[in-house]
Amino acid sequence: MAKTLTRGGASPGLGVDAAVAKQLLTDMLLIRRFEEKAAEAYTLGKIGGFLHLYIGEEAVAVGTTSVLRPDDYAISAYREHGHCLAKGSDPKRVMAELYGRRDGLSKGKGGSMHLFDRSTNFLGGHAIVGAHLPIAAGVGFAIKYQGGDQVIVCYFGDGAVPEGEFHESMNLAALWKLPVIFLCENNRYAMGTSVERALAQPEIWRFGQTYGVPSERVDGMDVLAVREAVARAVTRARQHKTPALLEADTYRYRGHSMRDPAGAVYRTKEEVEREKLRDPIVLFRDKLLAAGLLAEADVRTIEKDVSDRVDEAVAFADASPEPPGEWLFTDIYKEA
Amino acid sequence: MPKLNMVKALNLALFQAMERDADVLVLGEDVGVDGGVFRVTDDLQRKFGSQRVIDSPLAEAAIIGTAVGMALYGLKPVCEIQFSGFAFQCFHQIENHCARYRARSQGRFHIPMVIRMPYGGSVRALEHHSESEEQFYAHIPGLKMVIPSGPRNARALLAAAISDPDPVIFFEAKALYHAAKEEVPEESETVPLGRAQVAREGSALTLIAYGAMVRVALEAADVLRDEDGVDAEVIDLLTISPLDRDALVTSVKKTGRAVVVHEAPRSFGPGAEIAASIMDGAFLSLEAPVRRVAAHDVPFVGFAREKANIPDVPRVVAAARATLAF
Ligand SMILES: Cc1ncc(C[n+]2csc(CCOP(=O)(O)OP(=O)(O)O)c2C)c(N)n1
Ligand SMILES: [Mg+2]
Repeated sequence: MAKTLTRGGASPGLGVDAAVAKQLLTDMLLIRRFEEKAAEAYTLGKIGGFLHLYIGEEAVAVGTTSVLRPDDYAISAYREHGHCLAKGSDPKRVMAELYGRRDGLSKGKGGSMHLFDRSTNFLGGHAIVGAHLPIAAGVGFAIKYQGGDQVIVCYFGDGAVPEGEFHESMNLAALWKLPVIFLCENNRYAMGTSVERALAQPEIWRFGQTYGVPSERVDGMDVLAVREAVARAVTRARQHKTPALLEADTYRYRGHSMRDPAGAVYRTKEEVEREKLRDPIVLFRDKLLAAGLLAEADVRTIEKDVSDRVDEAVAFADASPEPPGEWLFTDIYKEA
Repeated sequence: MPKLNMVKALNLALFQAMERDADVLVLGEDVGVDGGVFRVTDDLQRKFGSQRVIDSPLAEAAIIGTAVGMALYGLKPVCEIQFSGFAFQCFHQIENHCARYRARSQGRFHIPMVIRMPYGGSVRALEHHSESEEQFYAHIPGLKMVIPSGPRNARALLAAAISDPDPVIFFEAKALYHAAKEEVPEESETVPLGRAQVAREGSALTLIAYGAMVRVALEAADVLRDEDGVDAEVIDLLTISPLDRDALVTSVKKTGRAVVVHEAPRSFGPGAEIAASIMDGAFLSLEAPVRRVAAHDVPFVGFAREKANIPDVPRVVAAARATLAF
């Protein structure tokens, strides 16, 4: 579902043409509807463990991926369904993984937090906060060493910023000039801890400056703004191996995980309602309608198409068997 | 006596320790406003203020390192790491500094701190959220490694750990947090560290367990009694390190047979040390090799296969029968 940036034919107001606009809306809606179904399945006990929903943050993954090439890499933390789907993984296999079934992306042995897809260069979910930032730097090193011109996007939350690995990676990427785009999804909370209570200097993008990494803040609820900022960073990284730190100002509408559904202790209902006025999907849809790039009928078609694909994913996951018992012992070492 | 689950019992221990001693602090991610991932520190910040119940940034190495510094000058920090699987971010502070200050300073400094961590299976999540890593800490000289098996001993052991002059790693089985309620006396109560308890007396064989596996061992003992007419003794270690070798040896001298049960992976796990200690102390009494029932030597898999990894009653019963038939 990832599309390369199409140039030409752009509508003057928005900077994208109707085809791209439609794709962006479709991709965001797919993630939203996919996760709404996943939440239902969790409530029914079909998905176990922890399930962290990306609802509200879709513009970041979709805007970002829309300017990547299929051979670029992406790596993420544990709130990664959206990143994985945006990068092009088959929703059926993602849902099957959430269900812990054998046809899942990780053979049903990983689940929600450990999605990996070699075919799309999606390098996984990581449940340890901050741990994948140096890994992204290493991938950047390998790209450069092997003479490639790909880039890697590393998504992480505001919660990773106080961890040492954030700072270690930022320094390393700048020092070694690595094509890594560090994309902080600042949704203002790490579980129940707000950015203000965690960071002495809460403007995250400024940390990049300290290390000489070109940095900027972007409205993470505006898919086009994300797209433009990432496009700039990608160009620099491809051409000059310059890393970037982007801070996307975003918000999660659901709790930290399905076990924290309300998220009410650390934030107010009013705040959540206010943030819903910035819903990236609603805003973008209205913008497209106003600009005449889409008609109401097109929106209905997109909705229908997306909900069919999600239903198909659920049916696929439901039908897939559990991984066989002996799989407990496979994939630990190379099989002799 | 009020009946409490393990979460409430631990909360009571923290509350009483903080009330008694102004040097006791609580430090960790989301322990204050949120009251902790599993709510063990619920309401403490409201009662004792944010200077004593400290919401730290998401930075485990800083939590433990800072606590070591606090402890050097007489404070008694009780740190929380949200899941034991996240403690590798601060492992070097625990292993290199927390555990060694007394030895490194030749006794001039000591570290009276406690590190609480939920461990083990039952939340149906994989790897870091379900693993059991007690063997890593038990292996480190200078640390004590404690794992309660129910609300009452959890409360008493945490109280003892907080009063202890040396660092204590305190593992709390997630499977037990809400498993059962027990009567917990209101007046404070401690259980000595380093001492195992006989959870069930028997004569035919010794089942050795700790944490969430004590329940499993007790249920297995019931099955052995009902189906085989066999009377198994169950030892609840409570402290993994220093290991109560005398308790093990005394029991095995009586029964001649032993099976160790733990959630940590089998190889190089606590069971190996326990088996070796039994051989050292009760070799001539042994009628069969000491067996281990443990998690497999694999990273902890996702929820669909959780039950296949953690020891359960049928596996313990089967090992006991094999030991009896040897
Ligand atoms: C090293 C580590 N410490 C603690 C945790 C527990 N934990 C899981 S998610 C989380 C909050 C992270 O917040 P953020 O990075 O902002 O991501 P968000 O959930 O907002 O997407 C915490 C504390 C963890 N997974 N890893
Ligand atoms: Mg966050």
